[in-house]
Amino acid sequence: MVPLEWVLVLAAALFCTGLYGVLSRRNAIAILMGVELMLNAVNINLVAFWRYREPTAVTGQIFALFVYAVSVAEVAVGLALIFAIRRTQDTVVLEDIDLLKG
Amino acid sequence: MTLQQILFILVGAITLGAALMVVTRRNVFHAALFLILSFFGVAGLYVLLEAPFLAAMQLFIYVGGIAILIVFAIMLTREVMNPAAPGANRQWGSALLVAVALCGVLGWMALNHDWKVTPGPVSADSMANLGKALVDPQGFVLPFEVTAVLLLITFIGAVTIARER
Repeated sequence: MVPLEWVLVLAAALFCTGLYGVLSRRNAIAILMGVELMLNAVNINLVAFWRYREPTAVTGQIFALFVYAVSVAEVAVGLALIFAIRRTQDTVVLEDIDLLKG
Repeated sequence: MTLQQILFILVGAITLGAALMVVTRRNVFHAALFLILSFFGVAGLYVLLEAPFLAAMQLFIYVGGIAILIVFAIMLTREVMNPAAPGANRQWGSALLVAVALCGVLGWMALNHDWKVTPGPVSADSMANLGKALVDPQGFVLPFEVTAVLLLITFIGAVTIARER
């Protein structure tokens, strides 16, 4: 069996890749993709801990399923916001959106 | 090294490599295609971790739903993006530093902590138990129903925000 540490290191690397994407991209949709990578990394961790610590329980998988639902909600609202901003500001580059800046 | 470990390294390398392409490609559409590959890799990891239901859901929800939604969004916002503009903003250097540092800390913690692993076999009817637990009053029926309400509110909200006025 794969050691748990390998899975955790992979999930950590995936999370940090997503974090880099969120912090460094200009396009709002690319930032949303980074968030999706981070959520996937968290889900890998949840499933890994379920498999290696409590394989007879269902809690770990249920938690991952709720993360799915929340991430779907987040993508739907996020893309709707991007469309609304694109219509009013004519851009999807987050640096150019400074309506709230004094 | 067992076959399972070789497969894990292979699938993990595909997932991580595709994720790195997602955050470094200047073309957002190419990034979205690599994102789909990365989602496939994560589904493969679920199979290796013996969670077949989650692997199937990963394909349905992420590859079939979220990835397609993102591709649509890219196509609808394409004309306002300047293709010659850089993909990364000015703070990418410090972002890289933060990400690498966090990865180092998390990796160090994962390798140096005693996780008290108790690997047993997954019960044969784990998928049935999962389905029962979701609608069991002693289990997770309340969060399940709350999730349904959350999704309904989300979609009404998304339509309201994105609607032409």
